[in-house]
Amino acid sequence: MKCGVLFSGGKDSTYAAYLAKKQGYDLSCLISIISKNPDSYMFHTPSILKVKKQAEVMSLPIIIQETEGKKEEELIDLENAIAEAKSKYKIEGVITGAVESAYQASRIQKICDNLNLECFNPVWQKDQIELLHDLIENKFKIIITGVFAYPLDETWLGKEINENFIEEIENLYDKYKINPAGEGGEYETFVLNCPLFARELKIKDKQISGGKHSWKMEIEVK
Amino acid sequence: MILIIQLPQEKLHYFEFVKPIEDVLRKNNIEFRSIPYKSLDENIFLNIDKIIISGTSLKDNRFLKDLEYFRWIKNLDKPTLGICGGMHILGLLFNGELKKQQEIGLTKINFEKEFLRLSGSVEVYELHNYFVEPEDFNTIAKSNYCIQVIKHKTKPLYGILFHPEVRNKNLLLNFVNL
Repeated sequence: MKCGVLFSGGKDSTYAAYLAKKQGYDLSCLISIISKNPDSYMFHTPSILKVKKQAEVMSLPIIIQETEGKKEEELIDLENAIAEAKSKYKIEGVITGAVESAYQASRIQKICDNLNLECFNPVWQKDQIELLHDLIENKFKIIITGVFAYPLDETWLGKEINENFIEEIENLYDKYKINPAGEGGEYETFVLNCPLFARELKIKDKQISGGKHSWKMEIEVK
Repeated sequence: MILIIQLPQEKLHYFEFVKPIEDVLRKNNIEFRSIPYKSLDENIFLNIDKIIISGTSLKDNRFLKDLEYFRWIKNLDKPTLGICGGMHILGLLFNGELKKQQEIGLTKINFEKEFLRLSGSVEVYELHNYFVEPEDFNTIAKSNYCIQVIKHKTKPLYGILFHPEVRNKNLLLNFVNL
C-alpha cells in the first residue's frame, strides 16, 4: 500500500515510518506541517530546511505546508496537505507518529476518514521506555533539540538518546513525572540517522535560545 | 490463558489495535496467545479461559463479511469481550443490526449499572463509524449518540464500543480477573 508519512523529523514519526517500511508498506512521500505557532496543539514545529535534508537522505519527495497555527485552521491546512499527497502520489494511507495525544490522533483519524484514506498509528499507546530502547536497538541516532519542562534545562540540548539517556530520564520520571519519551511535550528530538537514511546527517551549525526550563537548539544539517 | 483474536486486515494495524491490549496483559504477567481471526482452529480453544476480540481501523470492515469465522462463539460459552469491531461481531451473531454512527476521540459515556468496576460518567476513547443494535443483550452504557456497552442475557459475552486499551486499561484487567 502506498503511504504518506506525516513527518516532523523527530523520533516518533520517523520510527513509525520505519515500522511501516519494515512491514512492507511503500513510503511514497513525507508530509510536513510547519506551524508559525510554537504552541500549536497539533504539530511540533520543525524547520523547513531540516526536514528537506531528511527527505533527501530518504530519497522521498516531501510536501511542506505552512500554517499560521490557529486551532481549527491548522486542521484545514493539514487536510489540504494530505489531499495534495493523495492526488500527487496516489497514497492510500497516512502514517503518523501519534503516541498518546487523543487530540492529535482523533483529528488525523477524521481527516483520513474524510479523504477515504487508511490511517496508521504504529506507535500508538506504545510504552515510552520500550520505544526509547527500540530506537537504540534499531540504530536510530537521535538528539534532543528542545526542552520544555522543569527540571530539564539547556544542558540537555544536543544529548543523544542512548542507554545513559534512558537511565537519566527514568530517574527524572520517578522524581518529577517527566514523560520518558517526551510525548507530553517535555522535549523535542531530531533524527540524524536511522535505517531509512542513506547516510548520517551532520550538524553544521547550531543556535541555542531560551531561558529557565524552555530551551531550543536550532541546528543546520548537511 | 487469554486468547486475543486479532481483527485487523492490515499488518501495520497490529501495532495500533492489538499490541496495546497485549502490553496491558504482558505488564501484568498474564499469559496470552494472540492470533489473527483467519488463523483460528478448534484446538486453540482447548486451553483458553477467556477471549478478547480486538477492534480495527475505521476503514477496515472486512470482518463483517467473515462472520462465519466467529460462529464458534455461539457454542463455546467462555467469557468473551468484544472491543469495537469485536462488539459488532457479538451483536451480529445474535441477530443484532449494524447502524451508522461515527464517534472519534475522547467522549463521556454513562453507565446505567456497574460494569467491570466502571460506573457513572466515564471518559473513553472512541473510534468507530458503526454501532450494533443488539438482540439478546442488555444495554449497560450509552453515549449521547449510541449504545456503548452490552452484556448477553444468559451467556458470558460482553461488548464495548470504545477502545479500553487507550484510556481505560483497567477494564481489560477487570475482565481478565472476572
